[in-house]
Amino acid sequence: MTEKPNKMQTNNLNFFYKDFHALYDINLPVRQNAVTALIGPSGCGKSTFLRTLNRMNDVINGSKAKGEVLLDGKNVYDADVDPVDLRKKVGMVFQKPNPFPMSIFDNLAYGPRIHGIKNRGRLNEIVENSLKDAALWDEVKDRLQQSAMGLSGGQQQRLVIARVLAVEPEVILMDEPASALDPISTSKLEDLIYQLKENYTIVIVTHNMQQAARVSDYTGFFLNGEMVEYDVTNTIFTAPRDKRTEDYITGRFG
Amino acid sequence: MVRESFQEQLNQLRDNILRMGNLVERAIELAITSLKKHDVDLAEKVVMDDEKIDDLEQTIEKQCLTLLALQQPMARDLRFISTALKIDTDLERMGDYACNIAKIVLTLGNEPFIKPLVDLPRMAETAQEMVRDNLKAYVNRDKELAIKAAEKDHAIDNLYNQIFRELLVLMTNNPRNIRQATYLLLVARHLERIGDHATNFSEWIIYMITGELVELNE
Repeated sequence: MTEKPNKMQTNNLNFFYKDFHALYDINLPVRQNAVTALIGPSGCGKSTFLRTLNRMNDVINGSKAKGEVLLDGKNVYDADVDPVDLRKKVGMVFQKPNPFPMSIFDNLAYGPRIHGIKNRGRLNEIVENSLKDAALWDEVKDRLQQSAMGLSGGQQQRLVIARVLAVEPEVILMDEPASALDPISTSKLEDLIYQLKENYTIVIVTHNMQQAARVSDYTGFFLNGEMVEYDVTNTIFTAPRDKRTEDYITGRFG
Repeated sequence: MVRESFQEQLNQLRDNILRMGNLVERAIELAITSLKKHDVDLAEKVVMDDEKIDDLEQTIEKQCLTLLALQQPMARDLRFISTALKIDTDLERMGDYACNIAKIVLTLGNEPFIKPLVDLPRMAETAQEMVRDNLKAYVNRDKELAIKAAEKDHAIDNLYNQIFRELLVLMTNNPRNIRQATYLLLVARHLERIGDHATNFSEWIIYMITGELVELNE
């Protein structure tokens, strides 16, 4: 596989929740138009790390990041970076689908409206394209005015992804996006991730190692706040270099 | 230790590979002994015993496929199981060649040899050594030993070329030698192929240990 350019890169990133040192010197490249998976046992810091990429941790009192998180070469923790603007570029999808209690259409138009788009025709266009890109259009096109809460879990998760797409992000962060979904919805979501990487850069945290193996191009293994190993996914799952990675992915941990 | 029952199944798989390897090594030895001694009974035993090797091959295949389907093995486990699937086939082929040699013994019967058999037993002995060393390397995860085992294939190839030339001369000198010489040449050819499969065995052991696919004796 030819190495893709870095969309993001962390340099000696450390993270603290008050006195608790959660991440130690993480140096991880996020390659453009590729899927990077972060794996590791609960509490290893992978979700914390994911949230540093768009400063979602900022809202937690007493949290502090040290080191760099570069997006296109610019440190997102620089004083002149607007976190709201950053989160538009680096969108996020969570474990449990969180549609807003409003219509499917309004869920999707919400972001663009906040960013100042009022024109009805333009909004229609954004809603349709986002739903198509999220592979949900065919299932909901006749009921856009109905509540998003009536969708199935898998549809809700794709709706949330469509909502992220509606604000035209460059990077999409996914935190356990399939853990609440059944196998069919999971397959659809994985197919979607595969399609999305053509136009977006994706970082996904998952407990499901088979899922990481299936969807990602690169994988980082986290343990106790450190990144033990990072490599092409194929290598991580067939011949990892570090014994700790080997023990974790073969299920011989502890 | 987590995944104890899975580890137990991997151990069973390893034991079956060892069992099969031992049967194959024995088959090569008995086949060449039956040839040397014109021992038709022994040759028949080799042919019969090949069924055991074939049965084991199927057992191992089923074990591997079940483990792949049910356990989603990764990393060293994945390499261990895929290696078992590959060497299983190589061992089965080696067993077939030993069986083919035994069938030639049955065809030749008591016919006196047109020349003393020296190099053929040497080839067989080297092939056996390759299998033995590989089995040891496989169990002990010994990369160096696997490489050393594969190197012995050069000796087998040299002996094969020597036998080929020798038999060619015998055939040229006396057309009545052609029938037996052809059979002996086939025996040599089978042993040479056994050496090639034993080399594959070495390569898969190295893959199992390191994750690298290597080509030995290119």
